[in-house]
Amino acid sequence: MNKKIRQFKDSYFFYSFKRDKVAMASFFVLVIFLFLALTAPWISPMNPYDADNIDIMNSELPPMWMEEGAPEFPLGTDNQGRDMLSTMLYGLRTSIIIGLGAVFLQGFIGIVVGLTAGYIGGKTDAILMRLADIQFSFPYLMVAILMSAIFQVVFGLGSFERLAIPLLTIIIGLSNWPMFARTIRASVMGEKNKEYVEAARVIGLPRVTIMLRHVLPNSLTSVMVIATIQVANAIMSEAALSFLGLGMPVTMPSLGSLIRSGQEYIFSGSWWITVFPGIWLVIFVLVINLLGDWLRDVFNPKLYKG
Amino acid sequence: MFAFIVRRVLQAVIVMLAISLVGFSIKNQIGDPVRDLVGERVTPAERAQIADEIGLNDPFLVQYVRFVKQALKGDLGRSFLYNKPALEVILKHAPATIELLIGTALIIIVVSLPLGVQSALQPRSMLSRFTMSFSTLGVSMPVFLTAILLIYLFAVHLQILPSYGRGETVDVFGNGYWMSGFFTVDGLKHLILPCFSLSTLMLPLFIRLIRSEMMEVLETEYIKYAWAKGLSPTRVWMVHAFKNTLLPVVTVFGVQIGIMFAYTLLTELVFQWQGMGFMFLEAVQRADISLLIAYLVVVACVFVLVNTVVDIFYGFINPTVRVTETK
Repeated sequence: MNKKIRQFKDSYFFYSFKRDKVAMASFFVLVIFLFLALTAPWISPMNPYDADNIDIMNSELPPMWMEEGAPEFPLGTDNQGRDMLSTMLYGLRTSIIIGLGAVFLQGFIGIVVGLTAGYIGGKTDAILMRLADIQFSFPYLMVAILMSAIFQVVFGLGSFERLAIPLLTIIIGLSNWPMFARTIRASVMGEKNKEYVEAARVIGLPRVTIMLRHVLPNSLTSVMVIATIQVANAIMSEAALSFLGLGMPVTMPSLGSLIRSGQEYIFSGSWWITVFPGIWLVIFVLVINLLGDWLRDVFNPKLYKG
Repeated sequence: MFAFIVRRVLQAVIVMLAISLVGFSIKNQIGDPVRDLVGERVTPAERAQIADEIGLNDPFLVQYVRFVKQALKGDLGRSFLYNKPALEVILKHAPATIELLIGTALIIIVVSLPLGVQSALQPRSMLSRFTMSFSTLGVSMPVFLTAILLIYLFAVHLQILPSYGRGETVDVFGNGYWMSGFFTVDGLKHLILPCFSLSTLMLPLFIRLIRSEMMEVLETEYIKYAWAKGLSPTRVWMVHAFKNTLLPVVTVFGVQIGIMFAYTLLTELVFQWQGMGFMFLEAVQRADISLLIAYLVVVACVFVLVNTVVDIFYGFINPTVRVTETK
């Protein structure tokens, strides 16, 4: 174990992390966000999902540093009288759950399809990649929007809202798998003719073992880079879907539905309902994107830094 | 080449059939064509009779074939929300979305070309550093948030631009289809904010793309040769280098317009823009399944068509595409 840590400390990965201030700062912010999201039920001032805590008389209070602001609502309240800070913490939690879940699903489908296509080749490869190409030719947001619209009509609004988290995870997961499949296929194609794979085949290992134990680990770096960017994309898609009213309901808000519910109040001057969750979302997505950029540069030094 | 075109077209047809099958089975399961036709106030006996007359009790495949045949004739069902043929509803809303896209494309071209070229020619200048650092922020900013903030700033706070709707429109052909906002001052004013917020989505991408393509071209041998010949810098940059950065940029542009189409839904919702996206969201809310499926088929059709044309076009320009295809 100690050796592993020392190895990690001496690695190029850790070295370039220490040298890059932007990456360090982003990582730091990301850890804070994750911590806040994880501990949201304990640290947030109130539980926004519990109707008993909500008093409609407190609605649309401005942040505490403005006139009429109340100290128990540091960032003000929304149109239903919920504390903005609490809803933002809970919303972040929802966004992260959906984002990570969706990327896991994308990764799973991508790995299965990419490995099969790349390793088996031939007709299987042609069919699977054609499928990926076809889905790739539609923008993934469009696919996600159409899918959630159809789901919403099929399930009815009530049950869609109850099942929103798993459904959104599935929708966003299904809408963007070809990215993973293509990358994994490409790196498998590069790996499969190398000698160690040949050796494994000569020993007589079954195909599945070679694919999972030998080829896959060597394709994982590219998967990691994509996964980071995809988490940012998935969170943005979730926000977009919720903003369109095809995602999380207002009673269990994610950051997107918070922005949606605040949108109409911007005309009456209650900017904080929209702006705070908006900034929250932008910072979160920005740090993930910055980390993703950095990861890409580390693993792919040859890649032109544009 | 001929075989390549045939294969591409065949593939397009198969994709369209698959999508229409999905669309039709949804419609078949949960749609209610009788309600679309005559509304809700009909006795069950009459409903059953109408259902029988329009063939709702036929086997699934027979109905699907009928659906495809009618779709080919331009009949995609009837929207009960508008009480009109669904295709007509979509076509009436299309110009608004198309104008939004044209306006956005113009802004992207006008802004990204000079900025991209400038930051390629002088990578160390203040302006290029500014554009580069802002492009990551731009990627992380959701379009709807940009749109809302722009409304707050320009419509609520400064009150110099309208915040929603299309403003005054002109009926271009006099038949009520193409209501254009391009020809009135009011219409143009209403276009500014939606187009601008939509363009912020793609601007970073294009500035970076133009920059990196241009920098790559500037390193090539023939540019060095042009310098050695003693040509003026403007001629080298604009005529020799710039022209060759354009092909990849134009290709990406074609693809990105499609992606932007998805994002028009978001801007249309924020700005209450009566385009296809707004209509679609309304159809979802009111569970107008016929309109929903018609939208699905039309959008899929547009994408498949564009992709096929681009692919075939690409096959002409770049013969290697055809060769790898045959393998």
